[in-house]
Amino acid sequence: MNAVFKRPESLNPALTHFCPGCTHGIAHRLIAEAMDELGIVDRTVGIPGVGCCVFLYTYFPIDVLESPHGRAPACATGMKRAQPDKIIFCYQGDGDMAAIGTSEIIHAANRGENVTVFFINNSVYGMTGGQMAPTTLLGQQTTTSPYGREFKNEGYPIRMAEMLATLEGVAYSTRVSLHSPKHVNQAKKAIIKAFEMQINEMGFSVVEMLSTCNTNWRVSPLEALNVIEREMIPYYPLGVFKERTGKDFL
Amino acid sequence: MTDLKLTKGNIALAEGALQAGCRYYFGYPITPQNDIPEYLARQLPKLGGTFIPAESEIASINMVMGAAAAGKRAMTSSSGPGISLMQEALSYMAGSDTPCVVVNIMRCGPGLGGISPTQGDYSQAVHGGGHGDYHNIVLAPASVQEMFDLTIKAFELADKYRNPAMVIADAMIGQFQEPCRLTPKEPVVLPEKPWALTGRKGRTPQLIKSLYLGDGEQEAHNMLLVRKYREIQDNEVMCEEWHLDDAEVMIIAFGTPSRVAKTAIIQARAQGIKVGLLRPLTVFPFPSKQVYEHSSRIPNVLVVEMNTGQMLRDVQIAAHKDARIHFYGRPGGGFPYPEDVLRELKKAMEGAYERSL
Repeated sequence: MNAVFKRPESLNPALTHFCPGCTHGIAHRLIAEAMDELGIVDRTVGIPGVGCCVFLYTYFPIDVLESPHGRAPACATGMKRAQPDKIIFCYQGDGDMAAIGTSEIIHAANRGENVTVFFINNSVYGMTGGQMAPTTLLGQQTTTSPYGREFKNEGYPIRMAEMLATLEGVAYSTRVSLHSPKHVNQAKKAIIKAFEMQINEMGFSVVEMLSTCNTNWRVSPLEALNVIEREMIPYYPLGVFKERTGKDFL
Repeated sequence: MTDLKLTKGNIALAEGALQAGCRYYFGYPITPQNDIPEYLARQLPKLGGTFIPAESEIASINMVMGAAAAGKRAMTSSSGPGISLMQEALSYMAGSDTPCVVVNIMRCGPGLGGISPTQGDYSQAVHGGGHGDYHNIVLAPASVQEMFDLTIKAFELADKYRNPAMVIADAMIGQFQEPCRLTPKEPVVLPEKPWALTGRKGRTPQLIKSLYLGDGEQEAHNMLLVRKYREIQDNEVMCEEWHLDDAEVMIIAFGTPSRVAKTAIIQARAQGIKVGLLRPLTVFPFPSKQVYEHSSRIPNVLVVEMNTGQMLRDVQIAAHKDARIHFYGRPGGGFPYPEDVLRELKKAMEGAYERSL
């Protein structure tokens, strides 16, 4: 009998610490499948930011460097420069990459560092209890925007994938979603493409993934998927914002 | 001697890093240490190394962390305000046993301060600086030759103990020139680093981390760090003892003030005043045993610093209980002169045991 569905070899058989309904687990699985298919797990180093993503080493059987909040792209820069033959990826949340780590992500992208960044956008700080992030939608209530985010006070949600796409050093910038099987399949293609950009030494690649945080959104897991479809995608459109097709550096 | 070369302190330090096998430098400009990145920007590409002008000191030190975690010798340099920004990553590296070398060519502060020499960052370097209970290994050169030698030593100690090592020098030592021998005393040997993150091929996956949430894990990890610091304290103290055999007064100073003190000691001895010098080359580990032993025999102690008494506290803790410790400090922006030290020496001998600023 042929197995048609099984745990990827690049994923540990570990009990997840993520809340039921959280799509971090899907993102992890897709990255593991991509490492399997590309055959890179033996030479990959993962660098998570802090927050829910920090336990990367629990789930992936790879070398992992824990970095300070927001600094993963700088750590990845040093790591990749020291060993250009290795595959280096960062795994960052929105509180990490779009707030405290904006400087590090913009400059790593702009230098065209040949690394891959997976960016989980669930519009809140998850692990610390659902505070407002730069990606929190207008009107969205969080523990630190209890009356709903209002642009006059907190500014507008940041569209990271579009912003990074404007930088010359970026080879690939895309936004995908994890809320439906169709979108999950598209997300996997994007993850593989991002790794391939690095394997082919094309420069910086980033995959933004719209994800759920049903616990902090105070909704059911199923309703959280609807929230992505109904509220996040209209503000955070899915698509490829930059894709380098050849080594068309300036 | 033909192998002596007139060299600037900062350049000697940068050359020491290269000869120690450092091929990764990441940094952000700040006076008075810019000679270091400028020199390395020219030299590293010729050696197949990497120089990145980072977007900030925060990025610099995190790039160092990445390269160091890959098992390479990596370095950054800065001055007070930039070193403050690096404390977060230094704490992470101390917490995760990651070796690196950080250079602080100290400028006077607090705040933006000025660019003149000081030793105001002693406490930051020696007593942590970042969050948590940890220590850097801290070396304090007092000459251009030591800028070269102690930088090589810093890489050796960082790797030996898997710990951040800092070289703290004031702007004076960074900026002046002296004859210097730019070859290591002993051949530099790059150590094996089986713990480095190089991909799991042929072995089990490895982690570099400082987060320990399991019951009792964090305390157990911190106790391992404590044992490491004790080992460093037992084995790695370096200090110079100068004219202490017959001394009636002992000056304790590091860096530039130790050189001023030497001039003062020569002048004092010409006047019949028997003075000696104890000069720490390592300020962590601090030469506590040496301070205790000498101060039990020479109870008149004068501590001279270019700050308001930061090393003084370590001396007070280490000194014999009967020692009478006089302090002379200049809080940055001004120098102690030999005549100042001579004056304070006489006060110390008269028993005016106080702080003189």
